Amino acid sequence: MSTTTAAAGTPASRMKALARAELTLLGRNKAAMFTALVLPAMLTFSMSSAVGGMDLEESGLTVGTVLLPGSLGYVLLFAVYSALVGVFVVRREELVLKRLRTGELRDREILAGAALPAVALAFVQCVLLAAGCTVVLDMAAPRAVWLAVAGLLLGAALMCVLAAATAAFTRSAEGAQISVMPMLLLSMVGSGMVVPLDVMPDMMASVCELLPLSPAIALIRGGWTGALDTGELLGHLGTAVAWTLLGVFAVRKWFRWEPRR
Amino acid sequence: MPDVIEVEELRRTYAGGFEAVRGISFSVARGELFALLGTNGAGKTSTVELLEGLAPPSAGSVRVLGHDPYTERAAVRPRTGVMLQEGGFPSELTVAETVRMWAGCTSGARPVGEALELVGLARRADVRVKQLSGGEKRRLDLALALLARPEVLFLDEPTTGLDAEGRHTTWELVRELRDAGTTVLLTTHYLEEAEALAERLAILHEGRIAAAGRVDEVVAAQPSHLSFDLPEGYHLGDLPPLGPLGVTSHETEGRTVRLKTTALQHAATELLLWARDGRVELRGLDIRAASLEEAFLHIAREQESTR
Repeated sequence: MSTTTAAAGTPASRMKALARAELTLLGRNKAAMFTALVLPAMLTFSMSSAVGGMDLEESGLTVGTVLLPGSLGYVLLFAVYSALVGVFVVRREELVLKRLRTGELRDREILAGAALPAVALAFVQCVLLAAGCTVVLDMAAPRAVWLAVAGLLLGAALMCVLAAATAAFTRSAEGAQISVMPMLLLSMVGSGMVVPLDVMPDMMASVCELLPLSPAIALIRGGWTGALDTGELLGHLGTAVAWTLLGVFAVRKWFRWEPRR
Repeated sequence: MPDVIEVEELRRTYAGGFEAVRGISFSVARGELFALLGTNGAGKTSTVELLEGLAPPSAGSVRVLGHDPYTERAAVRPRTGVMLQEGGFPSELTVAETVRMWAGCTSGARPVGEALELVGLARRADVRVKQLSGGEKRRLDLALALLARPEVLFLDEPTTGLDAEGRHTTWELVRELRDAGTTVLLTTHYLEEAEALAERLAILHEGRIAAAGRVDEVVAAQPSHLSFDLPEGYHLGDLPPLGPLGVTSHETEGRTVRLKTTALQHAATELLLWARDGRVELRGLDIRAASLEEAFLHIAREQESTR
């Protein structure tokens, strides 16, 4: 393949080049590979017996429709959010982001290009986990696939934005292991990943609905159960968009392109 | 033809309130090699980052190729090459992978092999960046800066960390680029680098331009030095009148006399004629033309004492 193209580069070609390099780097980072590729499946498996013991009769949920959205949530949290906080922080500290900014890439292309491999890997994993859960737990096909897909896309976009926002407040790769914790714990406990909001007390559920990852999980679950009315759907979409806009605002205001000196 | 780089009353104040660049103006013509010389902390990198379009100026203006490099980046970036003071490369990529990535982000990039050949890194193509020496990293950075045959090249301390041979190889490369018509703006704290490469330069000191012009002009603005020991029995008053010699200042220390003059040849001739006629032996005679180094040290010292 020749790189002597005299034609001007396009945003897509630039992001592709960056994404290719990031994918190579991800492949060489064993710790990141483990967190992104093994942890979500492991957590899903470890959660299965607990979910099996839940009393789900009243909520109309099954073990599958509790477990699978949580499983995809783990993918979003570990393979996208955590992984990207690490990527953004390390590239900033290595002065890679600063160097990239001297070239033709625009700021958003740099962040998006670096995020692309993580997102792509996450989508592949989600498909595999969905297929796996369907077979193992004998789940019915999703009633509204597009809802699940929309949930996944919204969730992935939000995770990318929040990862950049978190990186803005993280000084080092070591710091990234701590700074991702609030988001991880809050989402696991409150976003319906382990305990569905449907089985929570109403008051608590209506607060938890507003957490960043809750809309994605609700849409994914709704995709399988088909039990999401238009009002609820609009509410979740509104929450997801609000968090994304808030994240974009934070990134624009606080994201740092080079280390503090 | 308008200048390739135009800087007017440029200022840069950091968030903490520190003013790193305090109102500087200069311009660089097409094909010219211009050096920003200064000690660490003089404001060189802060200035170059504004020229590269990494940040907007706090006040004043920058034009590169007729455009604002910050707000009109799409018009400027494909035509500039940048070498930062410290290369920013992912440490786990190989040299070739790094260049390939950069080539994919750059319009009209050279082939990877050609770029590496240019800086003598072809044999290191499959080595991880983290295993490169400091000098090799600088050369990799230069390869990226030259990838698209830029019209304007920004080199921020390109030879810092290089050994003597690496430095001279880089100088050769920079000269070739300049001869091929590339406009180069270079920062350095090595005087000999500025002297060897630059047609014009500005000496930065504490965010201001302390001296600027062609190298010989900057040097000529500095006084030359004459020093010698007067034999026993002779005094300063026995010398020819100092004023007509163009002597601007003098000092004595024991028997040693030090004169500064702006007319070295005239002053030296008159002094030596006086010595021959009076059969005076001037021991320790030292006649020294102004140099860039002296200009540089003089500027640093002068500003130090005016604080």
